[in-house]
Amino acid sequence: MAQTLEADPEVEMILGMGTNEPRVPLDRTEYVRSDQAYTILHRIVQATQVDTVVHTFLETNSVGTSGRSLHEINVIGTLNLLAAAGAPGTPVRHVVVKSSSLVYGASEKDPAWFREDTPRQAPVRTRVERSLLEVEAMVRDFAADNPQLIVSVLRFAHVLGTDITTPISFNLRKRILPAILGFDPLIQFVEEDDVVRSLEHVTRNRIRGVFNVAGAGKLPWSEVATIGGAHLLPFPPVSARSFSAPLRRLGLVQFPTEMEAVIRFGRGVDTSRLIETGFRYRYTSAGAVESFARANNLRRTVGSSGNEYRYERDVEQFFRHSPAVIRGSDG
Amino acid sequence: MKRVSADATESGQTAERRRAAERRARAIDVRARRAGMQMASEEPAPLPVVVPRNFRPDLDEGETVDPRPGDVDGWGRSEHMRSIVRRAYDPIYKHWFRVEWEGMEKIPTVGGALLIGNHAGAIPSDAPAIMHGIEKDLHRPVYGLADYFFRTVPVVGTMWSRTGGVPGHPDNAYRLLHDQGQLALVFPEGTKGPSKTYTDRYRLRRFGRGGFVEIAMRAGVPVIPIAVVGAEESMPILFRLPSVAKALRLPYFPVTANHLVFGPVLGTVAYFPSKIKIRVLDPITFDAEPDQPRYSKSTVMDEAERIRSLLQDTLYDMLRARRSVWFG
Repeated sequence: MAQTLEADPEVEMILGMGTNEPRVPLDRTEYVRSDQAYTILHRIVQATQVDTVVHTFLETNSVGTSGRSLHEINVIGTLNLLAAAGAPGTPVRHVVVKSSSLVYGASEKDPAWFREDTPRQAPVRTRVERSLLEVEAMVRDFAADNPQLIVSVLRFAHVLGTDITTPISFNLRKRILPAILGFDPLIQFVEEDDVVRSLEHVTRNRIRGVFNVAGAGKLPWSEVATIGGAHLLPFPPVSARSFSAPLRRLGLVQFPTEMEAVIRFGRGVDTSRLIETGFRYRYTSAGAVESFARANNLRRTVGSSGNEYRYERDVEQFFRHSPAVIRGSDG
Repeated sequence: MKRVSADATESGQTAERRRAAERRARAIDVRARRAGMQMASEEPAPLPVVVPRNFRPDLDEGETVDPRPGDVDGWGRSEHMRSIVRRAYDPIYKHWFRVEWEGMEKIPTVGGALLIGNHAGAIPSDAPAIMHGIEKDLHRPVYGLADYFFRTVPVVGTMWSRTGGVPGHPDNAYRLLHDQGQLALVFPEGTKGPSKTYTDRYRLRRFGRGGFVEIAMRAGVPVIPIAVVGAEESMPILFRLPSVAKALRLPYFPVTANHLVFGPVLGTVAYFPSKIKIRVLDPITFDAEPDQPRYSKSTVMDEAERIRSLLQDTLYDMLRARRSVWFG
């Protein structure tokens, strides 16, 4: 995201924040290391007078994250972020939140395509979904309380890309896709590139509102396996997850609770609202899977490609701030 | 599927022209293969080559990539699967039920319309007959809207979806009829229709809450009632076992005459060879403004009741003319 923004000369300053150091080379972005709940954000906002906050840190992968830390990251993190952005005399004009289509759940009663305002049908059973719904409720209240601010929420379908690990991408890498016997639901994907581009799109054009983001078309789960070069591993329809427990323990598959309903009933979101704002996707759902599979083949042969960059704090500080370094005028 | 991008530096004019022709042929081929599918990326232009993102020269703005091996559309319907089923079902349609249509020309060949019918038989034989007949003669797909319950059944749910079944959510109906201009078939009686016993045959149940009228009004499409005679006798229910249905979480659990004749296993799937006659009534249009958030409940219920009694009268009319259950 920051890399894309750096390319735009109109953007004066970019400030990155996270618990880990950046893994891509960034030329102009200042970087601040923070705890996972963003407690220092308030001071940063006041000090730097930023006008846009892009909140991309919501955790939507419950594998390897405890319920407690999900709550801490998603709910408390957003709380702090919104508090900082909505403080009296705030310089912030625009808040962008990266959410997930997990908020729609998945059940047999679902419509084939969820619009942004279609109510959820499935009961909320998993912690990650509960925390995301809580976050969205907070953001909704925040938007209502601060009508002068532009608030955008993007709900992403399953994201595939080399830089992000989700249960599905993990399974595609291992070439084993858990399935439920007798079910072949329709799923949507969105390519990492399109994720970044859509965030950039709403940030740059200051677009207000909630938007679904997913590549065009829906893929049957079996087709995902075909395109992705993986094998389907069907579990019995009753208590599918418990049958997968040994494999999960061995680290061969990832099969979180929220995935079970999706690979049983599927989920579709209507993306026409974002397209109407002028956004164009580069990948359809199938294109996202294929591109991921190809990147995967490459990785298998030559090892992990790219991302060899390591953030060296002192070096970066030197290049950015030392008077000895000759920089361009936009510095 | 391997695609080759045209190399601009080396291509002479003839080679360029040949490639263009090839591309066009391929595009037509792809379009033919995907006929009837709805996809947002429907560009007749050839699809660009995808290489892993780290090594890919940037795609032009607006270009999308879509490599699909199958032809399953956004509803889950697959024309390929449908054609296999049509081939398998055709002899049953022709020789077992000897389906006879009356007034099929009243069903439009383009544009959306909501088809409604009476529903009968423990496992209703009317829905496949109607869908098969229309697809065969009018060459356009029919989507059957039905209870969510189907989706929860392994294998059956998937097959149902691939052959044109869609969960009966109002949003789905609206999208099919209004946005896509398709034919949608619903049975307003719901499960109350097929679950009725043989003694109640051809007596229409309540038409739900009239939701079908509201959808047709909102989508601005006509309702076309279809009366089916013969499905009742193809698998008549003798009695129901509510406790078993509850235990198995089924909407109803019937014991049919077919079970008695063919045995408990074969009797669940084998129909009696009753003669099926289908009569299409005149399309009914409503003079209501489409795309309203709400419609007057009283108008909706009145219209639903009017259609119900019209269909009921037609059924009695057809039954008066029927001489034999088996020969029509």
